[in-house]
Amino acid sequence: MPPVIEVRNLHKRYGNNVAVDDVSLTVEEGEILGILGPNGAGKTTTVECVEGLRVPDRGEIKVLGLDPRRDHAELTRRLGVQLQDGQIQERLEVAEALELYSSFYPEPADWRALMDGLGLAGKAKTRYAKLSGGQKQRLSIALALVGSPRVAILDELTTGLDPQARRDTWELIEGVRSRGVTIVLVTHFMEEAERLCDRVALIDAGRVVMVDTPAGLTERARIEHRIQFRPSRPVDDALLTSLPDVSSVTRRGELVVVTGNSDALTAVTAVLARNRIVAERLRVEQASLEDAFVELTGKRPDATS
Amino acid sequence: MSALSTAAPVTVKHGSATWRLTKAEIKLCVREKTGPLWGVGFPLILLVILGNVPALREPVEAGGPTYFDLYVPVIILFNLAILALTALPTILAGYRESGVLRRMRTTPVGPARVLAAQLVANFSIAVVAVALFLTVAGLGFGVRLPQNLAGFAAGWLLAAAALLSIGLMITALAPGRGPATAIGTVLFFPMMFFAGLWVPIAQMPPLLRNISHYTPLGAGMQAFQDTYQGHFPSAQPLVTLACYAVVCAIIAVRWFRWE
Repeated sequence: MPPVIEVRNLHKRYGNNVAVDDVSLTVEEGEILGILGPNGAGKTTTVECVEGLRVPDRGEIKVLGLDPRRDHAELTRRLGVQLQDGQIQERLEVAEALELYSSFYPEPADWRALMDGLGLAGKAKTRYAKLSGGQKQRLSIALALVGSPRVAILDELTTGLDPQARRDTWELIEGVRSRGVTIVLVTHFMEEAERLCDRVALIDAGRVVMVDTPAGLTERARIEHRIQFRPSRPVDDALLTSLPDVSSVTRRGELVVVTGNSDALTAVTAVLARNRIVAERLRVEQASLEDAFVELTGKRPDATS
Repeated sequence: MSALSTAAPVTVKHGSATWRLTKAEIKLCVREKTGPLWGVGFPLILLVILGNVPALREPVEAGGPTYFDLYVPVIILFNLAILALTALPTILAGYRESGVLRRMRTTPVGPARVLAAQLVANFSIAVVAVALFLTVAGLGFGVRLPQNLAGFAAGWLLAAAALLSIGLMITALAPGRGPATAIGTVLFFPMMFFAGLWVPIAQMPPLLRNISHYTPLGAGMQAFQDTYQGHFPSAQPLVTLACYAVVCAIIAVRWFRWE
């Protein structure tokens, strides 16, 4: 099956500022691809080219076999879009907006169900301008899905949502995926990417650094795991340093801190067990996607994009 | 999240999206209040007040129309000017500034139809307003309808086209919502002056009167006055209005930005 979205050697500059240097991506049918990267990495410009809102300077883009510029009208019927800064008419009420936007599409979703699902039913008669940031965000997600799209591109899905609303939205998105909708998620929340994404494309300075599963990405960042415990009886450092998976052993008071690769924990517990030592107050710090992000880009994922 | 199971596609027969959008934009124009309040309510009150000033009910020249008779078309142009020069550019430039037009570009409907819907909305409000003004002036104050109704309709349509076209040009050239409102308001006052809001055109010094004939509202007044006297409007005001409509529309199309 051909990929749902195919981006090849995308290049886009604004004046002298290169927003996207060279991005190639494929998104397969039914998956959630996360686009992750620091501020100004070119994430939004990339998806805006895919949506047909911007004209690339170079490169090729196909979405469902369509050219986003030439076949824009056809594409809009099948692609749901949540823009990072796309507002709607400020005096339009929530229910009016959903009903109106659903009438734009040949086979719309049930907008009332979407409104309930996103917790907006109580705001049905509220004007857009009077909504809180989180409510506007939820409405914009509903509007992206109201046309029953085959592909949805969601830019900053849960920015501005409180933790509960964020989790509810994740559930909603999982439900959308289970109906076979292909989703591209631009995000800077590592937890969101780990929870939702089948694959993550890490973009930095206008280039794709790496594409992998969230776990694979963490693995490939080669971040050391930290294992910390209090031995039930004295233990010789050499016992641990001799293990090939362990890279260092340090002591902090009565605690032993071991760093090593992902197999280090197994090796350490095995050698302790052989020597009849119990690891008390054992704590393992695993590398998170965020650690991988920092390791691979040298930047912090920022809250604003 | 019960939406998941129920949010599956349902095929419902909808009215045309364009028609729904137009209805929505009419509703939004009414909620916006600038048009209804300043474009319809205020001139209507002005009409009623002026109608109650005895001095204005005297003929300008013996046997001719009264001052109040002359004010009815001024009020009609006042309405068109508010709607086209301030209400329309404020809303459209606001839509551009806040990303409404951009958002529409990602839907099958597209932003051009939002713009068209706004034009239709303001045009519809103007049609209701002109009917209202003529009715109140006629029934309340005994002002006769323009004797050449077809000519009046033609003149009004051309004036509406010229002004909406200027409104679109303002929208196209203004960098944002604030400047669009400012430009519209600044243009409104001199244009209303040349329509004879403060001094009837006939009493202006010759230079101002000549200038007036080539302004959109001055030309509109000329056209209306012809029709009140029973003639079809003469060519000069009609051509002037048509020129404004065409030239401003070309400029608007050439420089319009969707985002």
